[in-house]
Amino acid sequence: MKTLAADCAQKQKKGRVVNDFSIQVATINGSGSQSANSVLMRSIFEMGVPVSGKNFFPSNIAGLPTWFTIRANKKGYVGRKRDVDILIAMNPQTALEDLKSLLPGSVCISPVELKLDVVRSDVKHYQVPFSELGAKTTDQIKLRKLLTNMIYVGVVGELLGIDEAEVEKAINKQFEGKAKAIELNLTAVKIGRDWTRENLPKDDPFFVEKMDSTKNKIMIDGNAAAAIGCLFAGVTVVPWYPITPASTLCETLIDYLKEYRVDKETGKATYAVVQAEDELAAIGMALGAGWAGARSMTSTSGPGISLMAEFVGCGYFTEVPTVIFDVQRVGPSTGMPTRTSQADIMSVHLLSHGDTKHIILLPASVEECYEMAIQAFDLAERFQTPVFVMTDLDLGMNHWMADRFVYPDKPMDRGKVLNAQQLEELGTFARYRDVDGDGICYRTRPGTVHPLASYFTRASGHNEKALYSERPEDYVNLMKRLDRKYQTARKYVPAPHVQIEPKAKVGLIAFGSSHCAVEESLDQLRDENKMAVSYLRLKALPTTEAVRNFVETHDRVYVVEQNRDAQLRDLLRLEMPDLSMKLRSVTHYDGLPIDARSVTEAVLEQER
Amino acid sequence: MVDNVTAAKVPSGAAPATNRIGLTLAEYKGANSTLCDGCGHDAITSQLIKAFYEMGVDPYTVTKLSGIGCSSKTPAYFLNQAHGFNSVHGRMPSMATGVGLANHKLIQVGISGDGDTASIGIGQFVHAVRRNVPMLYLVENNGVYGLTKGQFSATADVGSKLKSGLVNEMQPIDLCSLAIELGCAFVARSFAGDPKQLISLLKAAISHKGTALLDIISPCVTFNNHEGSTKSYKYARDAETPLHDIGYVPYFEQISVDYEPGTVTDVTMHDGSHILLKKLATEYDPTDRDNAVATLHKSQQEQQFLTGLLYIDPTKPDFNQTLNLIDEPLAILKEDQVRPPKAVLDEIMDSMS
Ligand SMILES: Cc1ncc(C[n+]2csc(CCOP(=O)(O)OP(=O)(O)O)c2C)c(N)n1
Ligand code: SF4
Ligand SMILES: [Mg+2]
Repeated sequence: MKTLAADCAQKQKKGRVVNDFSIQVATINGSGSQSANSVLMRSIFEMGVPVSGKNFFPSNIAGLPTWFTIRANKKGYVGRKRDVDILIAMNPQTALEDLKSLLPGSVCISPVELKLDVVRSDVKHYQVPFSELGAKTTDQIKLRKLLTNMIYVGVVGELLGIDEAEVEKAINKQFEGKAKAIELNLTAVKIGRDWTRENLPKDDPFFVEKMDSTKNKIMIDGNAAAAIGCLFAGVTVVPWYPITPASTLCETLIDYLKEYRVDKETGKATYAVVQAEDELAAIGMALGAGWAGARSMTSTSGPGISLMAEFVGCGYFTEVPTVIFDVQRVGPSTGMPTRTSQADIMSVHLLSHGDTKHIILLPASVEECYEMAIQAFDLAERFQTPVFVMTDLDLGMNHWMADRFVYPDKPMDRGKVLNAQQLEELGTFARYRDVDGDGICYRTRPGTVHPLASYFTRASGHNEKALYSERPEDYVNLMKRLDRKYQTARKYVPAPHVQIEPKAKVGLIAFGSSHCAVEESLDQLRDENKMAVSYLRLKALPTTEAVRNFVETHDRVYVVEQNRDAQLRDLLRLEMPDLSMKLRSVTHYDGLPIDARSVTEAVLEQER
Repeated sequence: MVDNVTAAKVPSGAAPATNRIGLTLAEYKGANSTLCDGCGHDAITSQLIKAFYEMGVDPYTVTKLSGIGCSSKTPAYFLNQAHGFNSVHGRMPSMATGVGLANHKLIQVGISGDGDTASIGIGQFVHAVRRNVPMLYLVENNGVYGLTKGQFSATADVGSKLKSGLVNEMQPIDLCSLAIELGCAFVARSFAGDPKQLISLLKAAISHKGTALLDIISPCVTFNNHEGSTKSYKYARDAETPLHDIGYVPYFEQISVDYEPGTVTDVTMHDGSHILLKKLATEYDPTDRDNAVATLHKSQQEQQFLTGLLYIDPTKPDFNQTLNLIDEPLAILKEDQVRPPKAVLDEIMDSMS
């Protein structure tokens, strides 16, 4: 539903709209527009303006439509903006539809031969002879297609008032060390800029002006951030199986491991990476390594999670640490592989048959992808269980601005592992005895040289001594202890971020990548609707006491999430059945990242 | 050849005999078996115990992994002092791969069944072999699913009959020829009822670097030991055709066997041990891969039950070598070996600002 939202009204005032707009570039995938788009985004970043970039791409290698949206926002909102302000319609296949979706007063930059101006007159058109200008960039036909993309960078740069020097910086960064490419791309940008200056009088409200908000910031995607986390978590065994949108997590990690974890003299590695034959094998290897004492991880997405189910139950029941990243995409089944979603949370939390419940970390930013990756390894070894880190395509593959990551200030927590000397001192050892009363038992590594060390791990019923047992009381004791361990985890997992508005009757709960939309929506509710709304951002499962308090102290709590079935809302209802009537839901599940406007409208609708 | 000291031979009153690292045979045992009396799997377990004892392998350096099945229960019945993991059906190879990467100093014994390997786990079997993950891969092959009460497995021979009278019409999967095809550098077939051959092969497999596949016909006395079965004790005993007589001399012993020139093939293992293959009816060269495949194909057509060392290549690099791992096990690396210094994070951050 298109509404004449606040930003549209703003546009029609014809005032200057500075550092607050979104650009959508429509191209054909495989046409090499990525570097032009990065340069454009980077140029705005170099202007000191907060920016984010999202790629909407098909599950295909070449020839299908793809969109890249860049959002510049002086307040630092980085979520998706529902409405596009500036369209760069480079793809003839989708140009008409792309144009139709614009609100009146928006801008459309397009190749002149598409004659888009006759389609809509309530949009400001800038028509550019891209092919003609492209021909001037180089004699090499092959390169011409790529450089034509760079021309729109020049056009937009000129129209928005992005400094030439900042575009140049962005190009230097993008093509680092490749002098020839830098030169060609600079030329293309200049051709676009010069032509625009001479031929297109500026007639729209959108401007970029210098700010100082990106100093000391980095631009990174969540998968790379998580990979850096794994590197500094000291991961040693990495079995994985490729799947969009998780692949770049392990691929980036592999690059870093090669660079920083191979002895320069001997060429020997302090890690092992295996491209497994499938996700069953990937999780099997990860668990094998975790059982033998290594820090292991794997990364996957929904289909892989489904395949891992049996082994994850085995890891839970036999108490073996490993870390699993689920970069969520749209399901069920193959679903929409290149679209984003948060619809795995219920099945991951309860993954596998029998009574199981798993620890999940829920990063909401690239900084947290890094930090929680490190935390996940500590938690996995502390709790001797598979720990999940759940992100999604939006967070994992899109470009986000962030503070520089902070070096870990705590040593690694390797958990309760006994060595030969400790065994000697203790004089007794039972693998599954709850010595400390926290549900977490002591383990030994294979290879420990002591007569007490060995035990036989079995995924079937077992007693404290790890011996096979079908005795009812042994099973019940074991299941109770596993639950005790889960209760202990509540005190160790990251507590939620809570933001209480003193008089608020309404609260929002969100997690992961929904956070950026909710943050912006809270401002919209306050500024446009005079509604004070509290906010709790969940960072992990199991929940902590703070979540209950939050629900208790508000009349109505909306759980905002990107799935159809309100999965987190229902998990929270299971946790606090007495408060279940207070828990309401805002869902968004069309495959596009959730946006603030949709959240605001959904809350207002239900509050009416 | 090998000192055949066993607990049984110790005269009463004397201290029990010990092996070269001072352990008794009892110290290589495990919990009591809960399998059916006479199950082939138990016969294999006792040869494993003996092989490790006679090889003088330190049990602390061994791990025992398995999938699910009667066969997969057996790791509980040997080497009590070694860590073990009875995992999930058909997935032992991936677990073993992970364990090996975490600690490549461990000697891994992977125990599986014909259901566990040739059906649900065939993918993991294929890929573990392809990677040449260092381990003894034992398939205790009875042609049926013992634990689920006797259904046919994918290794059942054409014409083989279940107790119910059901006849298998489908071509069996021959794990040995598949393994050779996949580049496995140690492939042998044996029979639980031929302890002499089996123990030599087990010892040789312990010496082997990389995946050593032993496909051991191991009769299921409860569900597949009747007339009409081709995996029964009687059928196997009658049909067994050894390719050679196998002797094994570990690296810590002198070879002191006299043989006529031309009658024995001597294969030197990477650790200096020797496999001595004494010629029987025909010449067989276990280093000739093409011939090994051809021999197996022919034996299948003729429904022959060939046993022995089918193929060996003691020089093939194993998975750890391929990955170029440091010598210390990854599992015990210290924090400063695995967490790069702050300067590295700074460098990465600089590249992204
Ligand atoms: C995923 C899964 N499916 C089915 C089973 C049931 N199951 C247990 S053992 C087994 C077959 C074992 O056969 P085999 O590996 O030949 O072992 P044997 O008992 O003959 O030694 C099956 C199908 C299971 N444990 N897990
Ligand atoms: S059922 Fe068959 S395989 Fe299982 S223990 Fe009994 S004899 Fe052995
Ligand atoms: Mg079987």
